[in-house]
Amino acid sequence: MYKLEDFNSNAIVMAKEDSMGWFKRLKDNVQTSTKFKKEAPDGFWQKCRKCGATNTAKELKENLFICPTCDHHVRIGSHDYFDLLFDGKYEELFSDLISKDFLEFTDLKPYIDRLKAAHKKTELNDAISVAEGKIHRKRIVIAAMDFSFIGGSMGSVVGEKIAMAIDRSLETRTPLMIISKSGGARMMESAFSLMQMAKTSAKLAQLGRAGIPYFSFLTDPTTGGVTASYAMLGDLNFAEPEALIGFAGPRVIKETIKRDLPEGFQTSEFLLESGFLDFIVHRKDLKDKLGELLNILEVQEAAS
Amino acid sequence: MVFLEFEKSLEKLYEQLDKIRQVSIEGDIDVSDKITELEAKINKKKKEIYSNLTGWQKVQLSRHPERPYTQYYIDQICKNFVELHGDRRFGDDKAIVGGIGQINGQSVVIMGHQKGVNTKMRQYRNFGMANPEGYRKALRLMKLAEKFNYPVICLIDTPGAFPGIEAEERGQGEAIARNLYEMAELKVPILCYVIGEGASGGALGIGLGDRVFMMEYTWFSVISPESCSSILWRSWDHKETAAESLKLTPEHMLEFGLIDDILKEPLGGAHTDPDKIAKSLKSHIKKELAIQMELSADDRINNRLEKYSKMGHFEMAKSKSKKAK
Repeated sequence: MYKLEDFNSNAIVMAKEDSMGWFKRLKDNVQTSTKFKKEAPDGFWQKCRKCGATNTAKELKENLFICPTCDHHVRIGSHDYFDLLFDGKYEELFSDLISKDFLEFTDLKPYIDRLKAAHKKTELNDAISVAEGKIHRKRIVIAAMDFSFIGGSMGSVVGEKIAMAIDRSLETRTPLMIISKSGGARMMESAFSLMQMAKTSAKLAQLGRAGIPYFSFLTDPTTGGVTASYAMLGDLNFAEPEALIGFAGPRVIKETIKRDLPEGFQTSEFLLESGFLDFIVHRKDLKDKLGELLNILEVQEAAS
Repeated sequence: MVFLEFEKSLEKLYEQLDKIRQVSIEGDIDVSDKITELEAKINKKKKEIYSNLTGWQKVQLSRHPERPYTQYYIDQICKNFVELHGDRRFGDDKAIVGGIGQINGQSVVIMGHQKGVNTKMRQYRNFGMANPEGYRKALRLMKLAEKFNYPVICLIDTPGAFPGIEAEERGQGEAIARNLYEMAELKVPILCYVIGEGASGGALGIGLGDRVFMMEYTWFSVISPESCSSILWRSWDHKETAAESLKLTPEHMLEFGLIDDILKEPLGGAHTDPDKIAKSLKSHIKKELAIQMELSADDRINNRLEKYSKMGHFEMAKSKSKKAK
């Protein structure tokens, strides 16, 4: 039962402010602390982050996780992309690589516990999965990132799996696509994660020398060290609509320059306009578009 | 002299020393015994302080306001230096300086992040935080070096690449990524030296090379301790802990195999004897260039690829990920 005191504080403030409305929000923003937040079950309904429309999970899935009302592209995982893109079967590669807490890093929680929790939550071994298969009967190697695994952060495993995917592309002379979805480098691996930027870029240079096409597909969000390495190095760079793409995060920029950011800043559309993307592709058109590209960009025989 | 908080005990000793010297001049008294004694005391204290520095104290030393910056080293070690400006696309970034010059008779392209020496200059140099045009200027200079077969020397000293609206519009991420890609296959030798702060992609943007070195009181990390504290601890108060956790000191970096050597600094830091550190930088460059110049371009590029490919630690899971098919 509610007691009178519960309402008193409100009543006093309202009287003082001589407010017109019946209900005045006294504190801004959501006040629920993280530990009281309820995890919504995946099952039934999902509310669109952009327009607020509710859809059943089944409806969403059938629509490739795109909101039927506003076309918002919901974040999806590596295996969702594999299912969407490959002609049926595909072979997942290097999936047994896992991160090691080499630095024995502890912030509010030990890194090793974060890894275990992420593994339990996502059933993934790290923030990237690599697979080889065919898109419209053309072979391709795809490395796709998972945001649900520690914010899609890039550590040693992400770097190594990209390097291994590149080696696979080199061996089989197959085009490579990396689907980026990441908050950036993984702080808990400190300089090792920083050096993954150098490592992946150096490997991409090797792939480039061999004349094998590399597609960089940027999805929401792609920021930090990932943007400043492989995500921006595609022979073709393309993105999903309205994805957040940038080097520095919007909050950091706002704090630095101390003014509001322009509308649409750091979206795919903004990057297309600034000249850093070749095109934006709707998730429904992605497979056909890739099929077309693979047809045109046939891998040439290695120059002897 | 500027003393950092952990150097306060030295400040008192130096004050005493000054007083005694003053007395000796004014009163014409011989106090040389007293001076020697005090100097010995200072030396002992210094050794005590600087042999047990924490990560955070090294970060503070790397930011010491009197620390020599890129321009100082270039002036000291280069003969006939000509500064070159502009990226030929957008503008000239004042946070990165570079040009051509000669070191021990060898023509080189030398560049680095530049911080300002006073308030006005610090703003002019944007505190050593480069915009995309800075990285593109750096790349343009590297390409020039490649064309004429000159080695490249990069001096790193930045709190990070600048996070601004225009920087994003002009592709900060792309500029750094492109440098990494091109530096990986540049035909001429690249030597990199962290001379102060080595923060994140902003440092790495001119920090991929055949050999990477750090001066003794510097740091190299994926993020500054302050930002790391604010993100992982959700408060700015844990920078000391963050600095320890990040293992960002030269000793750690060498142990991890992420850098190739540490350049000793004068006791107390480069700023206490700038001339000395400049000389040792010069002889270090001479020695390392001789080694790199012996190799063919192909060998250097292969070594570089191999070196960076090895970086990282991971293990094999006992079972495959459940999602794997």
